[in-house]
Amino acid sequence: MSQAGDDHALRNELVKGIWRENPVLLQVLGLCPAMAVTNSLSNAIVMGVATGFVLVGSSVIVSALRRVIPPQVRISIYVIIIATFVTVVDFALAAYLPTAHKALGAFIALIVVNCLILGRQEAFAAKNTVPLAIADAVGMTIGNTLALVAIGVVREVLGSGTLLGVNLFGDKFEPWVIMVLPPGGFITMGLLLFAIALRKEAALRAQAAALQEAP
Amino acid sequence: MTDHAPATEPALTDPATAAPTEVSSFRIVGSLVVAGLVSGLILVGAFLWTQPLIAANQAAALQAAIFRVVPGTTTTAPMHQAGDGVALVKPGGEVKGEALIYACTRKDGSLVGYAIPGQGSGFMDTISLLYGYDPGRKVIVGMEVLDSRETPGLGDKIITDKHFLENFKALAVEPDLVPVKRGLKTKPNEVDMITGASISSKAVVSILHKGNRTWLPRIGAATSKGGK
Repeated sequence: MSQAGDDHALRNELVKGIWRENPVLLQVLGLCPAMAVTNSLSNAIVMGVATGFVLVGSSVIVSALRRVIPPQVRISIYVIIIATFVTVVDFALAAYLPTAHKALGAFIALIVVNCLILGRQEAFAAKNTVPLAIADAVGMTIGNTLALVAIGVVREVLGSGTLLGVNLFGDKFEPWVIMVLPPGGFITMGLLLFAIALRKEAALRAQAAALQEAP
Repeated sequence: MTDHAPATEPALTDPATAAPTEVSSFRIVGSLVVAGLVSGLILVGAFLWTQPLIAANQAAALQAAIFRVVPGTTTTAPMHQAGDGVALVKPGGEVKGEALIYACTRKDGSLVGYAIPGQGSGFMDTISLLYGYDPGRKVIVGMEVLDSRETPGLGDKIITDKHFLENFKALAVEPDLVPVKRGLKTKPNEVDMITGASISSKAVVSILHKGNRTWLPRIGAATSKGGK
């Protein structure tokens, strides 16, 4: 493979996770944390970064060891690798960001079962070189974090009337409490997915119309 | 890479179909054992590295809370149960896991009150809190939730609701605390609940009640004897 080809492949793997294959909005993976901890923007950011650290770390290890890990027990070994990273993140957050750790509670430990992470190991890291796996993991991390941030902004602004804890509307605003509760997560997520589906359909229609006009 | 891989990368070898029969069970068991061992070592290392910081964070959070729940405090000293009363913990004499309260004193050494930690079941998980008690006036002078997993937006109002926290600025402990519906508080021993978070706010009252039962008689015994 030429240098230019390598660069192109790397860029492609990096960019695809951000929008075209966005893990939350288009692959609809990892929805549990996407709805559980996005009741504020700061929670969404910390969750996105913590998940990203685990994803990138596990992808590097899985990709580097892809010829060593026996295929029969690969899933167990992926889970051990992921769980190790998650526990390290859990300890590190408790030690260095105690307020964030308090806010996210059990959801840090639950990163272990985020299917986005295991999914990337099985679908990508286990079959590709380390640089490509890093590009893929970083792209997915950015996409995941952006999706969490989008949901977090909507829910915090409407549900608490604040953004990053800063009061936006003054005392007159009555917060929509439902937005910071679980239903708010479902409502926001549903509307986001609906908007994306509409956009996709519009694009498809435009494509079909262009094809009909062509001959 | 130790094995002699061909120069061109076999980019898409699906591990699920890549000749699974050739792997010996020794290697399967071995790789799981190695993965477990390495993971265990990393976890122990991370634990040893972060534990002092985590413990320090918790201690700092507790210390900071003591000054807020007993306003006017300048120095604090841990005390433990001793017989029917309480006694200052001797330096280095602390027993791990022993229940402690904190005597709070002013600059001149006079007693302001006691900071008493308490725990109990909330709506989702254990609520742990710290409250301040003034034995002179026999009132609770402050309360702060240290750790809880109450519902965001509802139960967690026990931490944020100003009206609810106002209850604990001067709450009489005799007769026993009584939770009442919001706005119906008329007596100094009644606590206004939070609408929509009655379980969490009742839990707070019952934790205070439990703390009072355990500690107030002991504090009373200690103060009547003239001991601090």
